[in-house]
Amino acid sequence: MSVKFTKDHEWVKVDGDEATVGITAYAADQLGDVVFVELPDVGKSFEPGDEMAVVESVKAASEVYAPVSGEVVAVNDVLEGEPQKVNESADGDGWFVKLKLSDKSQLDGLMDEAAYKAHIS
Amino acid sequence: MSMNTQGRPTRMEHDLDPGAYEDTLSGSRGLEQAEPLLFERGSLDVTGVDLPTPRGGKNRLGGMKREGPIGLPGLAEPEAMRHYVRLSRKNYAIDLGLYPLGSCTMKHNPRLNEKMARLPGFADIHPLQPEQTVQGAYKLIEELARWLMVLTGTPAVAMSPKAGAHGELCGMMAIRAALDARGETGRRRVLVPESAHGTNPATAVQCGFITDEIPADATGRVDMEAFKAKLGDDVAGIMLTNPNTCGLFERDIREIADLIHEAGGYFYCDGANFNAIMGRVRPGDLGIDAMHINLHKTFSTPHGGGGPGSGPTVFSEALAPYAPLPFVVQTEDGALLRMAENESDIDGDDIQPFGRLTAFHGQMGMFTRALTYMMSHGSDGLKQASGDAVLNANYILARLKDVMTPAFEGTCMHEALFDDRFLKDTGVTTLDFAKAMIDEGYHPMTMYFPLVVHGAMLIEPTETESKSGLDRFCDVLCGLTDAAKAGDADRFKAAPVHAPMRRLDETRAARSPVLRWLPSEDDSKN
Amino acid sequence: MRYLPLTPADRQAMLEKIGVTSIDALFTDVPEAARLHGPVDLPPHQTELQVERALSKMAAENIAASSVPFFVGAGAYKHHVPATVDHLIQRSEFLTSYTPYQPEISQGTLQTLFEFQTQVALMTGMDVANASMYDGSTACGEAVLMAARVTKRKKAVLAGSLHPHYAATTRTTAKYLDIDIVSSKPDLDGLSGIADLIDDETACVVIQTPDVFGRLHDLTEIAEKAHQHGALVISVFTEAVSLGLVKSPGDMGADIAVGEGQGIGVGLNFGGPYVGLFACKNDRNFIRNMPGRLAGETVDADGRRGYVLTLSTREQHIRREKATSNICTNSGLCALAFTIHMTLLGEKGLTTLAQLNHETACDLADRLSGIAGVDLLTDSFFNEFALRLPKPAAGVLDQLVEKGVLGGIAASRLYPGELDDVLIVAATETNTDDDLAAFETALREVLS
Ligand SMILES: Cc1ncc(COP(=O)(O)O)c(C=O)c1O
Repeated sequence: MSVKFTKDHEWVKVDGDEATVGITAYAADQLGDVVFVELPDVGKSFEPGDEMAVVESVKAASEVYAPVSGEVVAVNDVLEGEPQKVNESADGDGWFVKLKLSDKSQLDGLMDEAAYKAHIS
Repeated sequence: MSMNTQGRPTRMEHDLDPGAYEDTLSGSRGLEQAEPLLFERGSLDVTGVDLPTPRGGKNRLGGMKREGPIGLPGLAEPEAMRHYVRLSRKNYAIDLGLYPLGSCTMKHNPRLNEKMARLPGFADIHPLQPEQTVQGAYKLIEELARWLMVLTGTPAVAMSPKAGAHGELCGMMAIRAALDARGETGRRRVLVPESAHGTNPATAVQCGFITDEIPADATGRVDMEAFKAKLGDDVAGIMLTNPNTCGLFERDIREIADLIHEAGGYFYCDGANFNAIMGRVRPGDLGIDAMHINLHKTFSTPHGGGGPGSGPTVFSEALAPYAPLPFVVQTEDGALLRMAENESDIDGDDIQPFGRLTAFHGQMGMFTRALTYMMSHGSDGLKQASGDAVLNANYILARLKDVMTPAFEGTCMHEALFDDRFLKDTGVTTLDFAKAMIDEGYHPMTMYFPLVVHGAMLIEPTETESKSGLDRFCDVLCGLTDAAKAGDADRFKAAPVHAPMRRLDETRAARSPVLRWLPSEDDSKN
Repeated sequence: MRYLPLTPADRQAMLEKIGVTSIDALFTDVPEAARLHGPVDLPPHQTELQVERALSKMAAENIAASSVPFFVGAGAYKHHVPATVDHLIQRSEFLTSYTPYQPEISQGTLQTLFEFQTQVALMTGMDVANASMYDGSTACGEAVLMAARVTKRKKAVLAGSLHPHYAATTRTTAKYLDIDIVSSKPDLDGLSGIADLIDDETACVVIQTPDVFGRLHDLTEIAEKAHQHGALVISVFTEAVSLGLVKSPGDMGADIAVGEGQGIGVGLNFGGPYVGLFACKNDRNFIRNMPGRLAGETVDADGRRGYVLTLSTREQHIRREKATSNICTNSGLCALAFTIHMTLLGEKGLTTLAQLNHETACDLADRLSGIAGVDLLTDSFFNEFALRLPKPAAGVLDQLVEKGVLGGIAASRLYPGELDDVLIVAATETNTDDDLAAFETALREVLS
């Protein structure tokens, strides 16, 4: 299982042809206390760069873009009642969406952890 | 995801010591009296209004009578008086001190305005009463319209918009209607500077446009190269605030107007900052096609804790035909003024209103106040007022420029913009700095707006502040800056401690919204 | 100039500090060609007394509602407002404060908004209400946009007896958003025809009760039909006092209730400022799609209860082009006036007030429909009804003015070219028996 990052501060964990997507701890911290997460319907398909979800703090709202193409196979319903999970565990329990990948080669265009760390420093 | 780049903290960064002050038995602290909600104070069988006893008997409600109770408590008059007077004392107000909210023009609100607006001949007339009985009201609207057209150098004005944002809707709908009339259905892109107020992009989208952001240049103005690169045959127009939200006059405004017109688009000017230039510059001479004027900023009508406002919108010749209904017209014999309320009241095809923005004719109560103010000042006073507004802002800028960090070089118009560089490494944020101002008895400046500046602090003193008042204010800001730089971050993080409330937990409010009072379980059992 | 504190010496000292020689030198960014050198062509400043004289002269050309027997309604109503209301809203701390962006020093405004939201929710029988819209008509337009967002549909059905200015405002509001607006015919008898317009594409059906002719409607059946099709019901009222006596929108199955709050606390003001009321069901998707500001409860750092503006990510200052509405300044002070008046009334006072309105209107309807050739067209109403006259109503109204009576509104003013002989008449607690008698006598004379 490998983890990739986008320049828009999202992480993508790949397991077979399924990818779990969330926002990075750095992004969650910049956003502040997350108060609401809007997730897509299961079954919806996205192309890279499409607006897939919305994450809101008290004074900011950010779009979460699809990092790669795919169909939504699961969303993290827990975030509806406990949006703070995004702050508490951005790269774990605070995940947003699971996508069924339609083109795994797109992953090659994403950053690895070292590159992302360099990107935010 | 798109990032929050304005440096705006959205969490409480500190756990405060709840024992910071000793609780009294009553929860009050001297003149600062605790006041519960009306729903905890009143009861369903109390009323503070004496009314005659209904006779009973007649009922033509056709079975539509309400059955259960509503649940609205009442208070006797003395109790109601106290409830609201006590609550009022928890508010800051212009009448209490400097209110330097940039972009909001919190100037003195003359009480003559209030008195005139309450004359029964204005306050106690109905918008649809027979026209021969409201000629004075129509005259007042016409007179105010004349003042606005002269001051802006434009040939037309729509009086009905209810606030600035409603005026934006008015202007942008006129632009949309004009484009449609030209058959230009492909023009849907509206250029909006990054520094624009949120109402601008929101309005454009409400008119079916898409927005395209223009970056600011190093001087805080429209980046002309980026602007030019964005022009094209799908451009509907530009929405530009002038003076802009950084408190700067857009030097290239004439060129911007020419270029947008050459490209086939229109120029919407957000006139929220007209206070800086009234009587000195006419936006009509700058090439604008539409501009709203916030009577509740420039022309001293009170903000009332968030409204009402009024947003008359002036138009160029090109857009005037599309102005919305209703509007005042002369009758043929010239004897009476009339209100054109419906399409059928208009003769000629050259007038094609885009529609109607509100039920009646606009904010009459604000018109009376604004005209009272304008007549009081007159052409000379309005010019002096804009001059003093700009002078006051520049004085603040001059006094603070070496202590705080001005966002841009040079002089400003009616408001001075600082960023948070001077707080670097102090552990104090713009928010903390603002909250410390509260403890010093000031309302904070506008924060985190415009978005083009990190940790923005936008200070607009207005012309109704005295020099000594500004000096005291600047002394306090200098002192706070020193304290921040001296490493006294805790004082800032804890602030305010002398306000009726400490910092409020906005995260909790948003995560589990409580938007109304509900009877507690125990009450409902009773 | 009385509003300008700076003295010439102050200005001089300040210019020196800034390092420029004149105020004009601060305007050098303005293109030279656009700088005005002389004053604009408007009169110079005037004293308080002069301004008062000029304004009073204009005011004197109008006939104030309180000075005559007055029966004009159709969206704005003459009610008595207790003196306490006007005193309190002129408190400096309410009148001269801005939107409560700094909650620590704005609890007065925030708590009253929270009270306002609660009162509006209770009166409309809905769960939540916002902190106000500009007026009832813009609230109606925004409700249609909200319904379209919530249902993700693009068709709205308006009742023909929705106030035509509300319908026009709504059409304009939705005009450039590809929302298809269909209306039933203006119908003096009821809501016939509207149910047939509801289908699976419909986002909402908008019905006013009491409607523009004063008729009361039970929305229950239409609401059932709408809900079967997945459409929302928007209930509109232009007279908030009616809610003291008639079934609430919530009782009849409405999903969103909007209306004009002017009748409580605000006064006629020739059409504005007024206060738009906006309430809806407690559904997360609804609340997140509401326009306007919301005050919410929370605690401060010491754990004390307080209020803040909340769920702001819906709004333009944060959400910009994705905001639910572009509204910023709303009707704060009018909302306060509404709340204070409502607090003085309480349920007891509101119910009595509503009862008095209804009885006065019943009396007037009996008197006027007793005149030969005059028919009462609305068999159920609150404080307003429609009459069919034997002559065009517009002319009759003019003749009534000659006799010192402001006798209502000609329906043809609202529906140009239609309903020529229909007169819309409102009566409130402010009308005395003498007023009713004067109206009856005058109308008899005009029609004879
Ligand atoms: C630059 C600017 N534009 C538009 C507006 C909107 O005006 P209003 O609040 O009257 O709708 C404001 C007000 O805050 C503003 O500052």
